[in-house]
Amino acid sequence: MAPLDKNTDEAPKIVGDPFKIPDMECGAMADTHTFEAAPEHNEPLGFPGELVDNWKEVAIAKMGELAEKNRAFKVYLDTCVKCGACTDKCHYFLGSGDPKNMPVARQDLLRSVYRRYYTFAGRNFPWLVGARDLTKEVLDEWYTYYHQCSQCRRCSVACPYGIDTAEISMAAREILDSVGVGQKYCNEIIAKLKKTGNNLGLNPKALRATLEDLEEDLEDETGIAVKLPLDVKGADILLITPSADFFAEPHIDGLLGYAKVFHAAGVSWTISSYASEAANFGMFIGSYENMREVSWRIRQAAKDLGVKRIIFGECGHAWRVGYSFLNTLAGPFDFLDQNYPIPQHIMEFTSDALDEGILKIDKSRNDEFRMTYHDSCNVARGSAMGRKEGGQFDLPRKVLKAVCNHFYDMEQDTIRENTFCCGGGGGLLTDDLMDLRIKGAKPRMTALQQVSEDHGVTHMAAICAICKTQFSKVMPKYGYEMDSIMSVHQLVANAVILDGQVDDDDEDDD
Amino acid sequence: MSYDVNGQTVETDEEGYITNLSEWTPDLGAVIAKAEDVDMTDEHWAVVNFLRDYYEEYQIAPAVRVLIKAIKKSLGKEVGNNKYMYELFPYGPAKQACKIAGLPKPTGCV
Repeated sequence: MAPLDKNTDEAPKIVGDPFKIPDMECGAMADTHTFEAAPEHNEPLGFPGELVDNWKEVAIAKMGELAEKNRAFKVYLDTCVKCGACTDKCHYFLGSGDPKNMPVARQDLLRSVYRRYYTFAGRNFPWLVGARDLTKEVLDEWYTYYHQCSQCRRCSVACPYGIDTAEISMAAREILDSVGVGQKYCNEIIAKLKKTGNNLGLNPKALRATLEDLEEDLEDETGIAVKLPLDVKGADILLITPSADFFAEPHIDGLLGYAKVFHAAGVSWTISSYASEAANFGMFIGSYENMREVSWRIRQAAKDLGVKRIIFGECGHAWRVGYSFLNTLAGPFDFLDQNYPIPQHIMEFTSDALDEGILKIDKSRNDEFRMTYHDSCNVARGSAMGRKEGGQFDLPRKVLKAVCNHFYDMEQDTIRENTFCCGGGGGLLTDDLMDLRIKGAKPRMTALQQVSEDHGVTHMAAICAICKTQFSKVMPKYGYEMDSIMSVHQLVANAVILDGQVDDDDEDDD
Repeated sequence: MSYDVNGQTVETDEEGYITNLSEWTPDLGAVIAKAEDVDMTDEHWAVVNFLRDYYEEYQIAPAVRVLIKAIKKSLGKEVGNNKYMYELFPYGPAKQACKIAGLPKPTGCV
């Protein structure tokens, strides 16, 4: 296999206008069909191992069941007036030019079948209302194009009716799973989490060894024994963070940042080996049951360890699940300290610590970086943060500005609630979709190039594990080094000075 | 997908990771490296061997940072740094080196 798969060399290095509507190319992405799951990935999630014989009946019945149970889904299928406001809002359409990646067209893949079986007009005069039969070709098309939606919801902000394509894409994936056609990337990961407590498959022994190794690094760097506690009963705070924070770059640097902040604040905290994952891929596949099971581990860990608070690390969709659904999925959390948000985001904690003057900061330690900030879609459009409206946008920027001297925002229509997806969200962060990921990153990369040109921005920070991995892979295709993407708490870690800290300046001394 | 090593066929998943980890031999490692367009040097083998030792103890690949620290200790900082790791394994020390070392692919948001 080549370093990155086919077509990747075609990605332009200098692009221009982030909103530029591409020339339409029908079927441009029709062959992009992410790997399907094997029975051993599907079955642990409660799905049939492979395509069931009566798939057509099962799929139609499932669609009806979802429309019955989820009123929003039914309203979304019923109300589209084809106004076209969403057509140029999807980064995958802007990057690929395939009209089926226009949100309305993506919705219609499912809507047309729903009409055929669940509306009067579609049952009797399908040709008049664009209704079509469910065939194997349609099922394959669903799989192809509902795995080219990162469920980022940028289009739903533009829709005058608020139709949420993410909700439709989740339902489509749930229907596909119900007939035995799961996606390998998501389902393999959920199955792994059920076995080991995290997406990576990191067992407690390996997690402990990793954390001890990082403690050694922190002590070498600062001269202080900053701890990364694991499974400590009676700690005040349980940190729930994506397992990428134990494995990948620049995620790990963010984890070291949380540890320094907790150390400086003098709080007792712990990571749990049982719930060593913030990510909840149950949401990506639209499976309430799996989402609940993943969330339940957090509740169990909090109870077993007897903590008072739960704090989430930098993970985008985890924060949507945490902020918006955790109480419904795994609550009530009446056993936690009610004086704090349940759960709380690490950004809220750090922001408060800054306000209270607990953190000693030397901003000049980040002077080599000229920063901008990428709003991650699930944080931006699926959650809130802190005590004020818009906190999910303002708190990360506030923290960044508190630890960096050079900060510049990108074009207004590409940030905050209008942010562009990184191109790898919603269960698409898999190598076999690299071509799609590079194309989908184009609007964000273009906006970044603009701010680089205007203000000399060199680096971009984010608070989502998917965004960080995606950018470290695709940025080199757009003229940036792979380490141009940073964790917000990596910059915090650079700037914070702990009491008694002795800097290890001599690089050879290790 | 599969690899042919000394007349034997070794099965893999869609992405070229071997499915039966016990089938790995240095000869197979060399065959996978060739398929990946990686020219194996002593430095490549040092990484592969470290990954295999770590896996044997922990049943998972090490964090990139842990790998780099270990290589830095054994081969010096000219080799033990992130940039050089990507020169050795252009698709990344975690995924590509794991594939050559016969370990499972790291999954998740990595």
